[in-house]
Amino acid sequence: MATKLIGQNFVPHDVVAKVTGRAKYAEDFRADGMVFAKLLSSPMPHAKIRHIDTSEALKMPGVVGILSADDVPAFPPPQTPILAKDEVFYVGEPILAVAAVDEQSAADAIEKIKIDFEQLPHVLDPLDSLYPGGPNARLSGNVAAALINMQTVKWQASDFADDKVLPMGKPAETWSYGDIDAGFKDAKLIIDESFVTAGYSNHSMEPRTAMAYWQGGKCFLYGSNQSHTAAVPNIARYIGINPKDLVLIAEYCGGGFGSKIPGYPIMAVPALMSKKINRPVMMRITRLEEYAIGVARPTFQGRAKLGFAQDGRLLAADLYIVHENGPHIGAGDFRSAGNALSFMYQPKAMRFQAIPVLTNTPPRGPQRGPGENQLVPVIEPLIDKAARELGIDRVAIRKLNAPDGNSKIGGDQGPVTSAFIKEALDKGAAMFNWDERKARSGQKNGTKVTGVGIGQGYHSAGSNGFDGLLRLTPDGKLHVHTGIGNLGTYSHSATARVAAELLNVAWANVVIERGDSRLGLPWNSPQAGSLSASTESRTNYVAAMAMKAQLLDLAAQILGGSADDYEVGDEKVASKADASKSITYAQAAQKAIDLGGKYSGKEVPDDINPVTKDGVAMIAGTGLIAVAKDNLPRVGVTPGLTASFAEIELDTETGKFKILHMLTVADCGTVLHPQGLGHQIRGGNVMGIGMARLERHVYDPKLGIPAAALLYQAKPPTYLDVPAEIGFAAVELPDPQNPMGVKGVGEPPLGSGASAITTAIADAMGGHLFNRTPVSTDMILNELNGRPQAHKPLQVNSV
Amino acid sequence: MIIKDMMPAFELYQPTQVADALVLLNRFGKDGWKLAGGNDSLSWFKERAKRPKAVIDITGITELKGIKETPDGIEIGALTTLSEIERSPIVQSRYRVLADAARRVASPQIRNTGSIGGNVSQDARCLYYRYGLACYRAGGNTCFADTPEGVNREHALFDTDRCVAVSPSDTAPALVALDAKFVIRSSKGERVVSAEDFFVGPKIDIIHLTSVQPEELLTAIRIPKDWAGAHFYFEKVADRDAWDFALVNVAAAIVVTNGVIERSRIASGGVSAVPKRLNVVEEVIKGKPQGADIAKLAGQSAVRGARPLNYNQFKIPLMSNLVTRAVRDASA
Repeated sequence: MATKLIGQNFVPHDVVAKVTGRAKYAEDFRADGMVFAKLLSSPMPHAKIRHIDTSEALKMPGVVGILSADDVPAFPPPQTPILAKDEVFYVGEPILAVAAVDEQSAADAIEKIKIDFEQLPHVLDPLDSLYPGGPNARLSGNVAAALINMQTVKWQASDFADDKVLPMGKPAETWSYGDIDAGFKDAKLIIDESFVTAGYSNHSMEPRTAMAYWQGGKCFLYGSNQSHTAAVPNIARYIGINPKDLVLIAEYCGGGFGSKIPGYPIMAVPALMSKKINRPVMMRITRLEEYAIGVARPTFQGRAKLGFAQDGRLLAADLYIVHENGPHIGAGDFRSAGNALSFMYQPKAMRFQAIPVLTNTPPRGPQRGPGENQLVPVIEPLIDKAARELGIDRVAIRKLNAPDGNSKIGGDQGPVTSAFIKEALDKGAAMFNWDERKARSGQKNGTKVTGVGIGQGYHSAGSNGFDGLLRLTPDGKLHVHTGIGNLGTYSHSATARVAAELLNVAWANVVIERGDSRLGLPWNSPQAGSLSASTESRTNYVAAMAMKAQLLDLAAQILGGSADDYEVGDEKVASKADASKSITYAQAAQKAIDLGGKYSGKEVPDDINPVTKDGVAMIAGTGLIAVAKDNLPRVGVTPGLTASFAEIELDTETGKFKILHMLTVADCGTVLHPQGLGHQIRGGNVMGIGMARLERHVYDPKLGIPAAALLYQAKPPTYLDVPAEIGFAAVELPDPQNPMGVKGVGEPPLGSGASAITTAIADAMGGHLFNRTPVSTDMILNELNGRPQAHKPLQVNSV
Repeated sequence: MIIKDMMPAFELYQPTQVADALVLLNRFGKDGWKLAGGNDSLSWFKERAKRPKAVIDITGITELKGIKETPDGIEIGALTTLSEIERSPIVQSRYRVLADAARRVASPQIRNTGSIGGNVSQDARCLYYRYGLACYRAGGNTCFADTPEGVNREHALFDTDRCVAVSPSDTAPALVALDAKFVIRSSKGERVVSAEDFFVGPKIDIIHLTSVQPEELLTAIRIPKDWAGAHFYFEKVADRDAWDFALVNVAAAIVVTNGVIERSRIASGGVSAVPKRLNVVEEVIKGKPQGADIAKLAGQSAVRGARPLNYNQFKIPLMSNLVTRAVRDASA
């Protein structure tokens, strides 16, 4: 369809506030009588808390209260506790909080608190924990995750016979389809490699600071969160209140990357401290604390065995992942990784095995493409190896194994809504001049050698079943109420434009209502999982359709005739027969208020979520209100896919490389906001560069203290580590199961970008496989100089 | 980490005259702390690992700022920012190696606040030491880094003695290459020392990286004319190209006459507790034609005697290659 808004760039409403500093983040809020809280954190990687003596601290000047595990809701282990009780599991784990008139006083008081710890054995490397007699990260066991009960697992010493090969003892989870033995038997080429992908902190620029107070029985929480309405029930659970009693104010979020999806435990500390001492409480989280509690990507130690036919088709895949899960319930990256391999390369038969192992390192959770994105940078170089050995072009082997809309995913081989990665590979190869550039592969220029890389990324990118809420007010404004949150992707605005487009409302007449529970927000998806662009296109579509019907209905009531006699035009509803017979949207809004009932939100459809019902109740009677649940069909996973290309120049004397050229093409369906697509691709590629060459957890193995906690140690990429320009495009083929054709794109560019770099490094080094991320300068230098690597083959977390 | 990342209170003094600063330094001695750009100091305070009673903020002392020409060369006030040095026409035209080194320090923001005096006086970045553990450098009796499993990827290859931390400065090797002199004042007077006497390794003082005493103040750095307009080379290799400490850096000043190396000063950072002057390399290349052959020999000679730890072996080929490049590629 011809569109006025969809596919056009726009300036989001809040940009000026962000660049002028007027935007208020959690830390910017103040309230009368507000005090500050500071956390006391564990100095040990694993210990029992035998006794806590706070008496001296309470005598310190300015101290107004202490909050400990006994004051906060407890959740069954291994769920992440709000504050540690009895046992601490990593250096930096919060044990209690002290509130005082200023942070200085709170910190000084914390130093007066005496804790009697009994140190326990700790473990950083999952394989050490799986070895017979190895240490457990918790007294209660060493293996757990969502849907996997806490247990103790030790493998046989014989499983560990070869330290270069991943031991493969009994898994905690497995699935398979097809006949992998037959696949490997028929294979012309079998590649069997063990690999390591480093875990690392999300390191959101805005730490998870929050301020809270109580008024009229409600808790007002000013926090930093990716999502809005989807987070409210969970945050309320942490605080121990009814979701209706939580007013969440989260208008801006300085980054989350998966770590702030449904709220997080520490938000409860200022809330419950405030309740306890009856004063507003601000708890600013420092960089070091953010590192500890701000979620990290799980480490993988894995093994991939891939069997290829002569023509390059992947016949069989056998994937084993030892997933380092931190000390608590952690993340499900291993599952996503298995699904990703099955979908992206379409092996005719596949077996997946995994075990999530606990370690005494910070809690794990989602980080942009959790599972998919750390897997591909070690798998894509293996695909290249197969291409080289079988004499097939590297783009061609990917296209041969690529999925399409009829392809299946995962162990249960379920359907997908569409997949156009082949088209993305073609478009990317053309933009990159693949045929010309690949000829430069391995070319030497003095001390420099050229490497050409190609990578793919995948993440599911759409959901359904949430609610849309629109409101027309008598001033003629269309208010798009959104509960998505404001992670910085601007999907709240890009999807609002779907409603504006369908209702023919000028963008200047659209008001986005968001960021504050009191504005009346609908139940929307979390802003996570590359979901919101696709999912809230649907909710705004169904709400726009509902509003359209109401407008036609109102026109008939005012002007006579039936709804069918009317059509909506530019902010008015006019008779099809006589265009001069019309009412404006403003008039319709007033009429809706006059009529009440279903027109003004006094009555709502039964099937909408209770959260939406509460939201509508706040705004009922203020205009023409359309609210609807997205009951549109969607069968299968909605995949978002990207293909990235890179050319690097590696200096063989320094081990450093420059990225000369990089671009990414997305299969994300209809593009809502081209500039937003560019931001997502470039941001994802930049994070991918960090994953490929720089970022990793490092701990002292004896003390368990972190060596990559502060930003200068953790080394996210700087401007000078990434190319000045990263090209982007989309295949622009609509998804058939979204009314606007939209799929998401937030996550895949990280994985494809990282893979384009790891494959380029391998290409520059004659096909050498590091089988490890990040590929750091020292590893490249050691390899180029014929020196052994300093780390053991499968070593993690201490190198 | 019972509590970290939160600065404790201290008394703050902000003198505007060197003489006043010296009185304060004398008064507080070991309990005093000199604060310039703060890029090193504030992180120490926030970690609560160093807790001075009094902080003497010298940034208001204008006489310590700026670059001036003297009959013998130039004098750079200790508070001159790295940005000023990197952009200074006189430094660029005559002592380019220092401008090149200053330009590679950290990030533009840090170079705008960071001073040359602070850059050469900054403390070691060893994980364990910064964490506040009682290691040798912190006055204790153990080293956590010099162990088979310790985090020592960024540590020393040379001249270790109990402590294996390295000099993190980028400008220090450039100043060694330029044969800079360091002007140090105290209430007792002024002393001027060479780089060899300014930077100290653990054999001499395991607690400090420079010979500046608590009651003394580094006021200026003088660069003599001897090396003006020589062939220069500076290169830093770090994991990131901004906001990162050098894995290894190298600075060279080489006087080449008719293609022959007459004399040179070459130093490398990130490999020992001091910016390591490479006297052997200077000997090896003296009198030889500048070119690939002698450069290769130079690189080999640079790493003789290196004693790597478990995770920093890569620094041997890196340092060797950087010295090779310096000798091969130094240019006017």
